[in-house]
Amino acid sequence: MRLRRATWLALPLLIVSPVLAACSSSSSSSSSTTPATSSTASSAASSTGSASSGALKTGLKVFVIPKNLGNSYFTTSDSVNSGGALAALQTLGETGAETSGTADTPSSQIPAIQAAISKGANAIVISATDPTALCPTLESAMKKGIAVVTYDSDAPTCRSLFINQATPAALGESEVDLLAKQIGDSGQIAIVSASADDTNQNTWISYMKQELKKYPKMTLVSTVYGNDDTATSTQVTQGLLEQYPNLKGIISPTTVGIAAAAAVLDTAKYRGKVMLTGLGTPDEMKAYVKDGTVKSFELWNPADLGYLAAYAAVELASGKITGSSGQAFTAGKLGSFTVGADSTVLLGAPYVFDAANINNFNF
Amino acid sequence: MQHDTVPTPGLSEPGAPADRPQSAGVRERYPWAFRWETVLALIVVVIAVAGTTASPEFLTSYNLFNLGLSNGEVAIMALPMTLIVISGEIDLSVASMLGMSSCLLGFLWEKGWPMPVIFVVIAVVGLAAGAINGLLITRLGLPSLAVTIGTLTLYAGVAQILLGPNTVANFPATYTNLGVNAVPYTDGAVSYSAVIFVVLAVIFGVVLHATGVGRSIYAMGASSEAALFAGIRVKRVKTVLFMISGLVCSFAGVLYTFRLSTSVANNGVGLELDVVAIVLVGGVSIFGGKGSVPGVVLGVLAFVGIQNALLLTNFNQEASGIVAGGLLLVSVFLPNAASVVRWSAARYRLHAAKTS
Repeated sequence: MRLRRATWLALPLLIVSPVLAACSSSSSSSSSTTPATSSTASSAASSTGSASSGALKTGLKVFVIPKNLGNSYFTTSDSVNSGGALAALQTLGETGAETSGTADTPSSQIPAIQAAISKGANAIVISATDPTALCPTLESAMKKGIAVVTYDSDAPTCRSLFINQATPAALGESEVDLLAKQIGDSGQIAIVSASADDTNQNTWISYMKQELKKYPKMTLVSTVYGNDDTATSTQVTQGLLEQYPNLKGIISPTTVGIAAAAAVLDTAKYRGKVMLTGLGTPDEMKAYVKDGTVKSFELWNPADLGYLAAYAAVELASGKITGSSGQAFTAGKLGSFTVGADSTVLLGAPYVFDAANINNFNF
Repeated sequence: MQHDTVPTPGLSEPGAPADRPQSAGVRERYPWAFRWETVLALIVVVIAVAGTTASPEFLTSYNLFNLGLSNGEVAIMALPMTLIVISGEIDLSVASMLGMSSCLLGFLWEKGWPMPVIFVVIAVVGLAAGAINGLLITRLGLPSLAVTIGTLTLYAGVAQILLGPNTVANFPATYTNLGVNAVPYTDGAVSYSAVIFVVLAVIFGVVLHATGVGRSIYAMGASSEAALFAGIRVKRVKTVLFMISGLVCSFAGVLYTFRLSTSVANNGVGLELDVVAIVLVGGVSIFGGKGSVPGVVLGVLAFVGIQNALLLTNFNQEASGIVAGGLLLVSVFLPNAASVVRWSAARYRLHAAKTS
């Protein structure tokens, strides 16, 4: 009995001891994990050789790593058929591959980054599932001279360039303006977001809150989270409608959320009484725009975003740009772009879809 | 040979060893060859050979480091899960306890607490979370499946309350280097979490296979009542197992947080299924009473190796779930295949005896 109790007591002690050992021993070699991004970028550029002028390199291995696979938004931004990142890489004569995990989490995405590094990538084009959690992995990529470009979602401290789909301010403000127009500037509104810790969502929502100050009669009663999952988004939207019977409008700044919310509102009880706007894809929203459930919503063109990111990655990996502000480059059919502050390239202004133009789009 | 090797309907008396195939001799002489661990070891070798052939990057030290790093927490959490499942219970709240510990770490760090104190708090909270599971299950007699599904949501909720939509990422490099540096003198191939897993596996292996506590865990998994009558303090042992699970998961949460240098409310969401899958692939019976720590260690290697090999060989990622799921089904089916065959043979005989 005494022995048995001793075993139990010893177990936790033994469990705790390795972490202390690990921490103390790792502290000895803790110096160089935060390299200045720009210096690594330039060393990456110089290591890829003859640069400055001349043609882009061909045959580069470029890995496109969306947040997760099986996500129609990223299928559009990346695939050859839609004219996305892989299409651009094909045009440029590079070897492109799309890879990622199946879940929208850092622990699912990191193995794909590691595999890309293992396979000798020249450039990585990535939509970050988390602004900081990928950094140890992305930094190790940059140390190996791999050009890292983020698109759609940024990891500001560990990439050479971020391709921004639209400024967060423009998106947040314009979504509130769209809804205000639809509900006559007054009434209760709510937000159906993705997950509570999504970088993009939270930034946009903070700009929405600022813009709402211009509309004193509109009150934001609740922000709910559908986790970019159709079933959950449907459930939380239904919950909103039950909890706030006087709700006039919903903003859902996520393609999964807006489609789920539209399906909930697509009944005689709510159609035309509760307005919905946000970020959506034309294909998913066509039916709801046609039957009047949704008047208008907005987005950028994801395929253009991926296309631009791929061009930027090849420019970086060819050593033609380093990612510092003021540098200019041409991105095929999209024309020329200039790197702005914080090593960011802006795709353009958000695009509003409504009954008049939605049939012109297929993605 | 007194009995036929092929079971003959009607001839054998019920309960007689007639239905034992001739391989019984082989089975008795080489019992290890019939263990699931042996099959699993072969599977691991096949994966390693196939992976190396298909991709030159598979056995590089960089890849091995990444494998240990990315899967360390799940592997570590599989160890207490092994003991719990063998004891006849299950703990589905492991990933939520990891997430709760991660959020607690971020929350307290942002409040300016010193790291050693935070570690102590996290260990205590982990033990308490496990104790809640254990006491609800043993003292109120509730099924562990239901209780830990409940606490899965509950502990994830605590994580949400602690951090809300915030992210804490300003941990000191001393700690986050855990996710960057390899153990010295290993050619950069071994991550700290891999070493921790090996050390813990040895401890759990010794406890399970070489102590009275270990034998009592098997006994209560085989029959909780019989174990009780044999004088084993079933409730106490089970409660302690859940507490250890809580402690180990909290510790895994600390590793997870430092590896990603990020504390956020959804850390670890969904990992419980990976943990359970590894334990089952490792040959632990979900009904309790059967399984081994070496089996689970091999289960970790198989589960992790096959997914990595698929990733490195440009296998369609959406379809890799099918392969992992297939491996799980095979590992649940094969150890039971022999008894299924025997059972249907017996049924056939019974049927034949009735109709003749």
